Amino acid sequence: MSRIRTAALVGNPNAGKSALFNALTGARQKIANYPGVTVERHAGRMLLPSGEPVELVDLPGSYGFDATSPDEEVTRKVVFGEFPGEAQPEVLIVVIDASNIEQHLVFAQEVIELGRPTVVALNMVDLAERDGLVLDPTALEQALGVPVISTVAVRRRGLTELVQAIADAEGRVEADPEDHPRPHITLPERRLAAHNIARGAILSETAQHRIHAKMDRLLLHPWFGPPILFALLFVMFQAVFAWADPLGGMLEDATTALIDLAKEYLPASFLRDLLTEGVLSGVGSVVVFLPQIVILFAFILIMEATGYMARAAFIMDRLMAYVGLSGRSFIPLLSSFACAIPGIMATRSIADPKDRLTTILIAPLMTCSARLPVYAVIIGAFIPARNVGWGVGLQGLVLFGLYVAGIIGAMAAALVLRRSVTKGGASGFIMELPKYQLPRLSDLLLGLWQRAWIFLRRAGTIIFTVTVVLWLLLSFPKAPLGESQLEYSVAGRLASGVEVVVRPIGFNHEMALALIPAMAAREVAVSALATTYAVDAPDEDAAAAALGDTLAGRWTLPTALAFLAWFVFAPQCLSTIAVTRRETNGWKWPMFMLGYLFAMAYAAAGATFWIATAAGL
Amino acid sequence: MTLDAFPSHRPARITAVDWSQLAPEEGMRLRALGIDEGAMVEIAHRGVFAGKDPIALTIGRMTVALRRSHARAMSVEAVQ
Repeated sequence: MSRIRTAALVGNPNAGKSALFNALTGARQKIANYPGVTVERHAGRMLLPSGEPVELVDLPGSYGFDATSPDEEVTRKVVFGEFPGEAQPEVLIVVIDASNIEQHLVFAQEVIELGRPTVVALNMVDLAERDGLVLDPTALEQALGVPVISTVAVRRRGLTELVQAIADAEGRVEADPEDHPRPHITLPERRLAAHNIARGAILSETAQHRIHAKMDRLLLHPWFGPPILFALLFVMFQAVFAWADPLGGMLEDATTALIDLAKEYLPASFLRDLLTEGVLSGVGSVVVFLPQIVILFAFILIMEATGYMARAAFIMDRLMAYVGLSGRSFIPLLSSFACAIPGIMATRSIADPKDRLTTILIAPLMTCSARLPVYAVIIGAFIPARNVGWGVGLQGLVLFGLYVAGIIGAMAAALVLRRSVTKGGASGFIMELPKYQLPRLSDLLLGLWQRAWIFLRRAGTIIFTVTVVLWLLLSFPKAPLGESQLEYSVAGRLASGVEVVVRPIGFNHEMALALIPAMAAREVAVSALATTYAVDAPDEDAAAAALGDTLAGRWTLPTALAFLAWFVFAPQCLSTIAVTRRETNGWKWPMFMLGYLFAMAYAAAGATFWIATAAGL
Repeated sequence: MTLDAFPSHRPARITAVDWSQLAPEEGMRLRALGIDEGAMVEIAHRGVFAGKDPIALTIGRMTVALRRSHARAMSVEAVQ
């Protein structure tokens, strides 16, 4: 008997395939409560009871093998062995949401009809029982002709039995040739069969999901729904400043203390300057924004895990329709508030290609977390931390305004794009609204830790490297006495070239300098400014001063506002450009994206600078 | 009567769907979700803002959001 080498998880969207995948392989794939979280295949290794390894593949959710969107296409190709470089999975594990069994049995039958070794995981049985639905797995097993195992992936229930069933699966289907399914069954027939199988498997059923209906009645209310959503987003941005301040202050003090320590114990040298001016000032100026990032992600993760995110899409759909998009684009766009890269990947769940392209092109306008350090340092330096009434802080309000500016910019861009380069028919919005779930604290904490780690890793790798290179370029060649080191250095001379272009929109020499390395990632603008001013500082005390204080002393308010306006639009992120190239299969659209976003950034920064100057700010 | 004009919170049966009004992949997606001739549905929520768009439809134990333009393609009858 040959050995099982590969198995794949298939099933409807939001059935809990990724949660099961994580539980079986110990992986930490993203899980959330809305359809379309997983948009590509992930492989991991699980062990059979015999100790043999099996490659387990997690696939995007699908309603059937007639793929309509790019993510469903992946599922079809992997299952049929057409995916390049991927062996056809020998065992298929169909994951069914127990509380939505009738719907999920339709695709399950289609998978079982393939006649391949199949196991059914009846997942989330706990939620079904909470909903008053008690199922009989044995009846289901008889009706389907394949093993059915009850599981609760997030609570690791039923995993041992499932693994055993996967180990036993090979050869089982071939053993019952008379049970082999009839070919060419139509969808209505399958649906009727699903209905009958579900009826036969339900042991008891009471009035269904009243809690969900009640919550939806409030959260999807035509008048209360939208204000609740906007209030939630507003609180989120207020919290980013209000809650993070004490923690950020502690990190800032720690950085300054480290710089002082280095100055006290290390002899004055090239290496000491590299450490204090380059590494500590530069990288440290970004790391202090860790609390803001964590708070932002806490809100996003909770919205995703509870199922509210899909309701937000429902509420936003009408507004999206005005600019030629649908609520389906809302989730990728909302993910882009965290980072445009997963946001652009998430567009794979959009079936319409023009719709998808438009969403990709406007995703970088959503204020990603990498902008947060830039915004926070400028707002902290130039916007007074006072109360504007009702406990609303002015700083949080300005931050909210910057997010809104990004959204308005994105909507305007979509409006124009849908009437020009991505012209096409009006797009529809068809989406399953998942049941509400109480998120598990451990899942949330894990998600937060992963995000915080990504942020710190970026600071330790890309930002560190770029900052050190910048410091070297800023420090050499050494300026002769009486000349500014900033102007004389290699970096300073490069910046002078850029300055010619950005001078009309109010940017100074140091800002022009910071824009060049910030092409790698937006946060680098902060570390670059910190390093620049540390190198340029007249004395040691000034070099150790917090970046915000330095900026407040050197920039005018119109200049600072123009810098904020620039970063609302500027596509300064190499990874976003790379992922756009990959997702659109070519350089045409990333180049277009760069061009139109830089044009918008230039116009917005210029307008901000001249209006603010004219207003006498 | 078409589904978009049908009152909320009342069970209805879809008697006919004019698939020609819908994009092919939208029709496929609706059928995959079980929204097809003969299906029993109920409008649970009507959308936000003036257009009363989109619509949240209860079908079985599932809630599905769709646009009014989709609902307009579906003829329904009341079920007692």
